[in-house]
Amino acid sequence: MSFLNKLNPRQSVIGILICIALMAVLPFVAHALGGTTWVRIIDMALLYIMLALGLNIVVGFAGLLDLGYIAFYAVGAYAAGMLASGHLTDNFAMIQQAFPDGMHFSYWLIIPVGALLAAIAGIMLGTPILKLRGDYLALVTLGFGEIIRIFMNNLGKDGFNLTNGPRGINGIESVSLAGHPLNRPLMIGDIQLNKEFLYYYLFLILVILSVIVCYRLQDSRLGRAWMALREDDIAAKAMGINVRNVKLAAFALGATFGGVAGTMFGAFQGFISPESFSFMESIVILTMVVLGGMGHIPGVILGAILLTLLPEFLRFTVEPLQQMVFGQLLIDTSILRQLILGLCMVLIMIFRPRGLWPRSEGGKKKVDDDSSQPAATATPSN
Amino acid sequence: MSNETTMLSVKGVSKSFGGLKALSDVGIEVKKNTVYGLIGPNGAGKTTFFNVITGLYEPDSGEFLLEGKPYKPTAVHEVARAGIARTFQNIRLFGQMTAVENVMVGRHIRTKGGVLGSILGLKSVREEEKAIRERSMELLDYVGISRYHDYIARNLSYGHQRRLEIARALATEPKLLALDEPAAGMNATEKVELTKLLRKIGEDGVTILIIEHDVKLVMGLCDELTVLDYGKILAQGLPEEVRRNPKVIEAYLGGSH
Amino acid sequence: MSALDLLFQQLINGLIKGSLYAMIALGYTMVYGILGIINFAHGEVFMIGAMVAMTMTTYLLTVGVSPVLALVCAILVAMMASMAVSLMVERFAYRPLRHAPRLAPLITAIGMSFILQALAMLVWGREHLTFPEVLPSTRINLFNNVGITQREIIIVIVSFVMMGGLFFLVNRTKLGRAMRATSENVNVTALMGVNPNRVIAATFMIGAALAAVAGTLFATNYGSKVHFYMGFIPGMKAFIAAVLGGIGNIPGALVGGLVLGLVESLGAGYISAEYEDVFAFVVLVVVLIFRPSGLLGQRVADRA
Repeated sequence: MSFLNKLNPRQSVIGILICIALMAVLPFVAHALGGTTWVRIIDMALLYIMLALGLNIVVGFAGLLDLGYIAFYAVGAYAAGMLASGHLTDNFAMIQQAFPDGMHFSYWLIIPVGALLAAIAGIMLGTPILKLRGDYLALVTLGFGEIIRIFMNNLGKDGFNLTNGPRGINGIESVSLAGHPLNRPLMIGDIQLNKEFLYYYLFLILVILSVIVCYRLQDSRLGRAWMALREDDIAAKAMGINVRNVKLAAFALGATFGGVAGTMFGAFQGFISPESFSFMESIVILTMVVLGGMGHIPGVILGAILLTLLPEFLRFTVEPLQQMVFGQLLIDTSILRQLILGLCMVLIMIFRPRGLWPRSEGGKKKVDDDSSQPAATATPSN
Repeated sequence: MSNETTMLSVKGVSKSFGGLKALSDVGIEVKKNTVYGLIGPNGAGKTTFFNVITGLYEPDSGEFLLEGKPYKPTAVHEVARAGIARTFQNIRLFGQMTAVENVMVGRHIRTKGGVLGSILGLKSVREEEKAIRERSMELLDYVGISRYHDYIARNLSYGHQRRLEIARALATEPKLLALDEPAAGMNATEKVELTKLLRKIGEDGVTILIIEHDVKLVMGLCDELTVLDYGKILAQGLPEEVRRNPKVIEAYLGGSH
Repeated sequence: MSALDLLFQQLINGLIKGSLYAMIALGYTMVYGILGIINFAHGEVFMIGAMVAMTMTTYLLTVGVSPVLALVCAILVAMMASMAVSLMVERFAYRPLRHAPRLAPLITAIGMSFILQALAMLVWGREHLTFPEVLPSTRINLFNNVGITQREIIIVIVSFVMMGGLFFLVNRTKLGRAMRATSENVNVTALMGVNPNRVIAATFMIGAALAAVAGTLFATNYGSKVHFYMGFIPGMKAFIAAVLGGIGNIPGALVGGLVLGLVESLGAGYISAEYEDVFAFVVLVVVLIFRPSGLLGQRVADRA
């Protein structure tokens, strides 16, 4: 963590404590400013940060352009949908018999299952495309995302209703902590904490864990192998890196973030449908990573926050503005959002391809070959 | 037995690309702890031969022995593990990574820190990381660029990039260091420094196989040479012998070139 | 219908759809041949052709122009609109990134695709609009209930005429020669006095014109509905067809399009109609794993 390195230990601790205090207080501030809606937006932003961090492993660290990342989110969400709702017991007699009182699995089980299923999906995606060049690889990942969506949409027929098709799955149970389901308000003294507040803290913890995991991966042997692969795969192979396994690891690990975020999405909303897992969503997440700063964790978080807040910002400013100037809503906000999204992608690639907040580069280009210091006498090999 | 003193034994390598025969029955014997040079005019097949040895190309025929044991590079990533590390004619560094990170990648195959251990922050993995970084800094120091350890690799000057590539290759603890035109683009002073570095590496127990155009550098550095021309061996042996070989003189100075 | 009849019907359906895929695929393959990039926005060029044609046709019909004439005029206008859009995409999304790493133009292409969809939504709204019926939809019975509509016959004829025109252009004209030369080696061709930007522009325009025709014909025959998102799936399938035939290879696009159309029809008929879209992606993966150079092999030199 580059910016933390610049502070001394005492400043670092104070800095972290301040950050923690701010983050703890944030939902209250948001609620005061905009009610429950704004807290909800922050909750979604946290989920998107997790997604962006996961995609960053694939795109930012390993340099593999994945255009269908939303598939892993879908896998996690449907894992929750199937294991935490009455859907399977309602539709499959065998399961109804096995669980006469309903499944009611704990999320301590569902989250790892969602993550595992997503990782398996990641490996399934990665395996056939290991040898493909960048743009072909991207297209196959796009296809993968679409195929998952098509399957989710079509596996809802009578007789074998796995996903309930376009109708989606309802009644997904909430996460419960210490016996208290998070979708029921919690009273602390006089203060009532709604579901949005409670989930905020849960998501915040998950995001903090995600960030820690990402930093640890970045500064690990595998992380360096990913970056070597990204920079020059032939040189990486020449250094002995098994590029095939490293790519699969990127897909699998990146996917787990999507899977966890997906289960949380299911638990939070209580309802999921294939609509939420479209190609557009994959591109939104990709834009978060590209816009923020590919491969740079703080940048990616920034990108996720900006793009989650964008539609709300538009709704807040552009809508009343249009009313004022034109007397009516000429341009629907969602269309504007898509327009801006597209513009972002084009402009960033042309003018600032490393993103808004890229990793800082050390060293200036040396004009002359400065004389190197005299070579030391250490042996080259042990 | 010659097997103990020979690091790399290559026999009968041929390679065609479509109709073009790039290599015809090429073989070399590189003895341990020597510097072996591969020279020849442009297009003679030197880099092709390198690529065959290091697994980038599959030869149409050829037998290889590394330290007396059969060596068959089927996948590029097995080559480094077997003990051959290389640099590239066009410098292939990991451009956006820092100098020290580049070298740390070289330590990949000699370390084993796993994913789970890294995520959990296990003590053993953290200690291995520390060791990797220390060793990498040592290697940067060895080649003389430790001052630039946190510079992004592509921001380094050309000469420093070449040194970095060598440091990265050394990080894999190679038995054989294969260098593809390490002196290309260097001025006279840089070449002298490079020769010193290569001699030091050789003295410290690494066998070196080097492709070079600079005949003077090669004659001063190498213990044995092979001259390639049009994919065939033109001459092989000690530098003085090769230099006086009339076929070699003709190939370099006149005749068909 | 007997099994054999079903087979023939599916073959016919596949050929019709395949000829449309082929027309769109030509645009992808030509651009890839010259620039080495996937013109992701080409699906939107197809869409805009269809939308403009719909608007023109509807308008011309209301002013009393005869249906066929209205359609012909509409196609011409649609071609111009698509060509303009395609040129803008090239100019603003690809040209600035000619020397950037290959993934950059892919990202800007997706961005342009989004922008074009949004603009289409602004102009035409989100709803699915109807393309007026201008072509006769009388079904001609070939044998045993296996048949083809008059409209579909027209589609196939028009497609092949247009593609024939393209082949003539590429193989027998000066421009075509310039296009082929540029796709082999941009720099040397430029040294011979050919302006690469002009050739590239021409390539985009020709591809766009074909896509506009394909879009219009597609709209008249498949559900008669046009909307802002209609280019996404056909666009991808057409690209897959181009890969199947051999990306960069012009006859390959034709072959790939027809084969993909057949595979889809047979798949939809015999395996499952709901998963029709999946077959194309399966084809893509199979081709890329087992024969990445495609059925007719690629003419683009491999870049490391």
